[in-house]
This record gives sequence, structure tokens and C-alpha cells, in this order.
Amino acid sequence: MIKQLIKPLLESFLAIVIGVLIGAIVLAFSGYNPIEAYAALVKGAVGSAYGWSMTLSSATPIILTALTFAISARTGIFNIGAEGTVYFGAIAAIIFTNIFANPIIGLIAGMIFGMLWALPAALLKVYRGVHEVISTIMLNWIAFYTALYLVLGPLANPDDPNKTIEVPVSARLPLLMKGSELSLAFIIAIAAAIITYYILWHTVLGYELRASGYNERAARYGGINPKRAIIWSFLLGGIMSGLAGATEVMGRPPSYAISQGMANIYGYGFDGIGVSLVGRNHPIGIIFSGIFFGALKAGATYMQIEAGVPLEMVKVVQGIIVVAVAVPGLWDLVKKVVRK
Amino acid sequence: MIDMILSILLGSLTAMVPIVLTSTGAVVSERAGVVNIGYEGILLMSALFGAIFAEMSGNPWIGLLGGAFVGMLLGMLHGAITVYLKGDHIIPGIGVNLLALGVVAFGITAVWGTAGQHQVPTNFRIQPLINTPYGGLSPMVLVTFIIVFLTHWVLFRTPLGLRIRAVGENPEAADALGVNVEKYRFLATVYGATLAGLGGAYLSVDWLGVVTKEISSGRGFIALANMVFSGWNPVRALIGGFLFGFFDNLSVWVRTNPAVSQVVPWQFVATLPYIVTIVIVAGIIGKVRPPKWDGKPYKRE
Repeated sequence: MIKQLIKPLLESFLAIVIGVLIGAIVLAFSGYNPIEAYAALVKGAVGSAYGWSMTLSSATPIILTALTFAISARTGIFNIGAEGTVYFGAIAAIIFTNIFANPIIGLIAGMIFGMLWALPAALLKVYRGVHEVISTIMLNWIAFYTALYLVLGPLANPDDPNKTIEVPVSARLPLLMKGSELSLAFIIAIAAAIITYYILWHTVLGYELRASGYNERAARYGGINPKRAIIWSFLLGGIMSGLAGATEVMGRPPSYAISQGMANIYGYGFDGIGVSLVGRNHPIGIIFSGIFFGALKAGATYMQIEAGVPLEMVKVVQGIIVVAVAVPGLWDLVKKVVRK
Repeated sequence: MIDMILSILLGSLTAMVPIVLTSTGAVVSERAGVVNIGYEGILLMSALFGAIFAEMSGNPWIGLLGGAFVGMLLGMLHGAITVYLKGDHIIPGIGVNLLALGVVAFGITAVWGTAGQHQVPTNFRIQPLINTPYGGLSPMVLVTFIIVFLTHWVLFRTPLGLRIRAVGENPEAADALGVNVEKYRFLATVYGATLAGLGGAYLSVDWLGVVTKEISSGRGFIALANMVFSGWNPVRALIGGFLFGFFDNLSVWVRTNPAVSQVVPWQFVATLPYIVTIVIVAGIIGKVRPPKWDGKPYKRE
């Protein structure tokens, strides 16, 4: 039992080490000082209380989008549509908090719209056999342009061309630390991860999801309807990434709106895939890998100011980590190479 | 009216190239049994490196080859993980796509010092084969046709093609006949990724002439959809690619046409190629059958 737990942990850790090392090589080749860059990154992420608050607030949306991917992966599906769902979660939260100035209604609206945007891919998969990787990517692009239309048109802020209309003050999530970006949203994300863990491992629905992911034919033989399981996994996933979009506009100062070009809600869906894979598609693992990726993001800004390294650098490191995670039996492989 | 048809026709041929090249590569890879969803990332990274190679050498053709080379390396990575280490076929592809998001965003800033976008100077771009009043025709259109027909011929008319199809359809039987399953699967994967690399470099040093974070805009996945549409057949992928190229081009044309853009917001027109992709794939699935061992690792007993 312990051994089963330690090996995946070691492999994720190893993947992180590989990512950091290759990242250092890329930095050196691009003419930057890797040690200086990483030192700035660590200092920016965890060197102060403010750094920690940035780390945790950056972790919030990607923990939620990682849950989307993890729930589907446990059902044997690769739902990479969290990106598009985040947009609709954010848009729903803005619209509904402007009608009813209440945070609960905003969060629920985000979850429902997230669920609705996840539904087409589920139905296409179940009834037409369309591979979810193709349908969710296409839906992401359709969501992108549709959201862009709403952001530039009906939701545009008449007073500020740089963003949409704001979430009213009474519907914003309370801050956990004064002067920071850390709000109740983080607690919501952690709760969502724990609830996801509970659903997956301690309910009948969770058992059905995991069983059809593990072996569809055996699950069907055991009286489980894999179609139902697939649709539920998309819907639950949609709730999580819809929530990510909603909390991002309701609980992340300073804008409390969608900023120009959707910059503050773009990319979380893709980051979440990496977070989920490094967290081994386990909700509790995702909390930790989410905080790690959050630290990278928070530290990146500081690294750019302090060491002059473009902040996109951390995305390179993230990408290498995910590719390394994809290598099966990474630990044994490295052991073999080292022994030689 | 004729002007309009001709310009859309030429535009469709231009827009078809990256999709057809990637689909053709994907057909070969999947015929051998290896699924790769990392083409989107390959397109992105080879668009970046294609431009870098072109500007460093001063020759756009070196840029195209450089892009193909980057595709080849990424194909070798995917082949090593899926074919030799028997890993999952989807996850490494997701990894490559995520890596590309970082590499391209970082690369643009690190190499050119501009954020988000780099314009490739005209003298580092492939010049059109023919210039017409309705737009130019790239020599890469011709190259694409040659690659498609050559690949089709090899795949269905030669012993090499037979072996490639055999390792994807029935690796046990192929193995029993002495065919090296792993070697053909690996080579087919590398071939697929190399063609995608060529298609990616075409985006930056030929057709669009820029490098941006979103330059591939889902074309890697549209190419996979087109592969399904083609029933894993290169020549039919050419026809499908032209159709997708048409909608891709149509959306740009409609967007820039004032008579239409005043009535319909351009963002909705921009969703057209993606909607068409979903609708077409949803409509034809069930009628086509992928190779039997597609996406399944083969381990010798």
C-alpha cells in the first residue's frame, strides 16, 4: 500500500527535477543565468507572506481545472475542454451577479453554465462516438470566439475599455489576507478537491465512474451503464471548471471582471491538465501539484522583474514536466541509466 | 463573381496545406497503430523554429526543412515513449501540446525580444510559384500534392506499405511473419510528425508570415478530424483538407467583407471551421473503421 503510493510520488518528483534541469539548460542556451532566474522565482513565490498569497491565489483556478481533467481521466476520458468551460463560468458569474448581487448565485451560475458547456462533448461522445479530444478542442475555440464577442460587445464596460462590467461589491468573495489577491476562492477550490475525492472513492456514482474507466466491458457486465458514467464525468468536470471561471472574476482583485483579450481567464484549462497529470489524477495530489504550479506562476512575475527572464519560461518548465510524467516507468528507467 | 470564386479557390488551396500534410502524416502513423494527438504542438513549435532557421540561414527553404527536422525530433520522442516504452498514446501528445505553449511564447520573447508576435520579413518567406491577380499560389501546394500521392502509393501499392498497415491491423501476424513491428511503428510515427513539422514551418515562413502563440489555432486537431473523415486514406484526406481549407478561408473572407461583417459579428464567423469540423466528424463516425490495433501498445508474447 505504502509502496504503491510512494512510487507515483517519486515519479512526479523526478519529473519536476527533470523539468527544472532541462529548463536550466534552455535558460543557459537563451543567454540567461539559470541560478539567478530560479533564485528569483523561488523568492517571488514563497519568500514572503505576499509571495505565498500570490502562490495560493494562482493555484486556485488551476486546482479546479485539474479536477475537470482528473474526473474524466478516472472515467477513461481525456476531457481537454476545461479551457472553454472556464470562459462560460466567468461570463455567467458576471451576468448573474449583476442581476442578483449575491455571491452564492454567482457561483451557482458559474457551475451551471460550466456544466452546460461540457454537455455537447459528452453527448457527441456517447451518441456519435466523436473522440473527446477533437470535440473538446473545437468547443474550446467556439467558446473562445463566442466569449470574445460577449466581452467586447454586450458585456463591455462603458467606463473602462480595458475590461468588462464588474462583479458588484456585494457579490465579491471576501479576502483572506488584506491587500492580497487571496480570497475565499482558494478555500472553495480545496473544498472542491476534497468533495471530488469523496465522490470518486466513497459514493456509488464515483465507483461507477472509476469502474467504467478501468474496464468498460467489465463495468457493463457488472450492471454499470458506461454511457451514463461518461455523461456524469463531463458534467461534474464542467462544474469544476465553471467554478474556476466564476471564482476568478468574483474573488481575484483588482479587476473583478474579464480583462482585455480575456487575459485573466485564458490558459487555466491547459495548465490544469498539467497539474492533474503531475498530481496523478488524484484530487489530493492535485492540491499539492496545483500549489506547486501556482508557485511557478507567482514566482514567474518576480523572475521577470528581478532577473529579466521572460515569465513564459515557467511554461517551458511545466511542459517538460508533463512530457516527463508521460514517460512510463520513469523511475525504473532513470535507475537503470544511473546504474550503467 | 468569377474573381470571388477564383480567390476563394486559391485561398482554399493555400489554407489546405498544413491540414493535409498533418492528416497525411497522421494517416501513416495510425495505419501503423500509433495515435498522436501532439500534432498541434508540433505545428506550433516547428512554426517557431522554421522562422528561426529561415532567418538564421537567410533561406526560407532551410526554414521549412528545419521545421520538418523539429517535427522529426518530436516524432522520435513520441515513438520512443509509445512504441518502445509501451506508454499511453494520448498523454505524451498532451505533454507536447502543453510544452509547445511554453516554448513558443518564451521563444518569441527570447529570440526576437517582442511579446506575443513576430513578423517574418518578406525576404525570409517562400515566394509564390505563380502570382495571379486573385492571390499567389505557393510551391508548397504542389509539394503537398506530390507528398500525398507518393504516400498513398507507398501505403497501398508497395511491400513497405503492406508492412506498415500490417503492424497496425494485426501486429501478431506481422510479427509471426518476421516483420519488426516496433521498427515500422516507430518509423511511421516519425514520418507523421515530420510532415506536421513541415506544415508548421509553412505557417510561419510561407502562408501567414508570422509567429504567434496561437498560430496553429486548432489545425493539428482539425487535421486529426480530417484523418477520421478520410477513413485513414491520404487521397481522401486531400479532398477533406481542401474542404476544411475552404471553410477556414471562407471565414476570413466573410470577416473582412464589410457587407457581411456589419450584420454578423466576426467572432461568430470565426467559429465556422470548428463547427464544421465537429458536424462532419459527428456525421461520418460509425461509417469508418480505424485500424484494429490503433492506439494499442504491442508487446511480444
